[in-house]
Amino acid sequence: MTVEHASERIIEGYARGGAGLPIDEMWAVEAHLEACRECRDRLSAAVRDSVPEVVALVETVWTDLEPQVAIAAVMPHRRRRTARLSKWLTPAMVPWLAMVVAVTLAALLLDLVDAGSRQASLVLLCAPVLPVLGVAASWSRGLDPAYELTASVPRAGLPLVLRRTASVLAAVVPALLVGGWATGVMVAQWLVPCLAFTVATLALGGAVGVTRAALWLAAVWAAVIVAPTVATSRTAAALETGGLPVWGLILALAIGVVIARRGAYSELGAHR
Amino acid sequence: MTSAVNAADLAPRTYAWEIRASGLKVRVGRKRMAVDGLDLSLGTGVHGLLGPNGAGKTTLIRTLATVLRPTEGSLELFGEPVRGSGELRALRRRIGYLPQEFGYYKRFTVREFVEYMAWLKEVPKADVPAAVQRAVERVGLADRADERMKALSGGMVRRVGIAQAIVNDPSVLLLDEPTVGLDPAQRLRFRELLQDVGQDTCVVVSTHLVEDVAAACTDVVLVTEGRLVFQGTPDDLAAAGGPEHVGDSPLERGYSALLQGTGQGKGSW
Repeated sequence: MTVEHASERIIEGYARGGAGLPIDEMWAVEAHLEACRECRDRLSAAVRDSVPEVVALVETVWTDLEPQVAIAAVMPHRRRRTARLSKWLTPAMVPWLAMVVAVTLAALLLDLVDAGSRQASLVLLCAPVLPVLGVAASWSRGLDPAYELTASVPRAGLPLVLRRTASVLAAVVPALLVGGWATGVMVAQWLVPCLAFTVATLALGGAVGVTRAALWLAAVWAAVIVAPTVATSRTAAALETGGLPVWGLILALAIGVVIARRGAYSELGAHR
Repeated sequence: MTSAVNAADLAPRTYAWEIRASGLKVRVGRKRMAVDGLDLSLGTGVHGLLGPNGAGKTTLIRTLATVLRPTEGSLELFGEPVRGSGELRALRRRIGYLPQEFGYYKRFTVREFVEYMAWLKEVPKADVPAAVQRAVERVGLADRADERMKALSGGMVRRVGIAQAIVNDPSVLLLDEPTVGLDPAQRLRFRELLQDVGQDTCVVVSTHLVEDVAAACTDVVLVTEGRLVFQGTPDDLAAAGGPEHVGDSPLERGYSALLQGTGQGKGSW
């Protein structure tokens, strides 16, 4: 793109205060100078060479400013990482994520210690509900002090929900992967229920509030899957490979609901 | 350097009122209508939202901040009806909001917190440092900008709240009880800031301190039981009261006179 620059005559005239310039040229050159670095450089050169009074004025201003500039605090460069991290998770989520990972590791330990005596894997039992707790923490009124502010910003809504959910999964899934690998449970067997539960929490959360949805779903999980498994000490049918299509269906349905109701996440209701 | 004046600044406004509500109803909980058929038009200036506790001030401000959805009636911001999430995003970029319970992250420094809010408000990345610095300077916290929030006093935290609300140069600024926790000197500074911002912005300040209204507001909006009782200048409010009404100043007498007419203000408290 070629840009037409201000002529030498106009720059000179502007440097001298614009007395010799017609008013429309004056406006045009001002607008041009705002956007054009090259012409600003030419202007400053013109001022330096031929307008001593402006140079003197600038110097006076600088001598006044310099003591203030010297004492002004310089913005520290450290802690940039915090800023980038806070785009993905709120500080309120960190202790919860730590807890979730700790629970996974505890389940894994228990699995490994008495692998022989039990049929059902604890890691498999815990996998679907663990990320749900993290997701709940990221949207809880009690845990996130800035929830009302967060709900009122333009970025609130589905993208922010997904960002936070993704960061929860990023913390939990590797821990579960290690657990699954150590106990020999197939990845799909826990990953699909895990994703289905997480997305179902979001889907239900759009209507009743994410925290409430997480608690309900965790309770349902405990009653329907965990309790029978512990009682009969064999893996519930829902967690066998045969249950996978059902979990996949739940996942797809929940994704559909989340997309259809994406407006709900930018209101206070989702923070209950 | 970006141009100091851009096309958006020069474009004519296409709306008469920044905020325009008609027949606005907002339900809170299952039954209660906290805002019950409110008609309101607010333009540029500082509007003091007055009313007894439970009058629906917070609900109204939340609705204006678009975090609560109106149950009935219409609400227009910048001449555009408020509905759907797609349009909300563009509207919200032009709104600054300080909730009544201002929650913050204790481990963040003032600058980090305001930066974080600027990011949430989709301030262009290149403008964030300058916008944050300007906002922090305007509330007089430039020297404490790199201290953690937990080291600040209550009044300073409040000022951080105001800084985050103005960081995106909003056209509508909504402040819910911003003067709580400010000492008298800070309150005076805050009123100056309000008048300054109110030159080209529609500022809505909810308060129950009548003296705040007298000092800083160009316009008073009196609400009770979710309805508009009075809208006018502080002088009009003062003129509404006579010596027979309860209160220590003309404004307070006007306030109690107007509330008496609605059956409020006379009750037990």
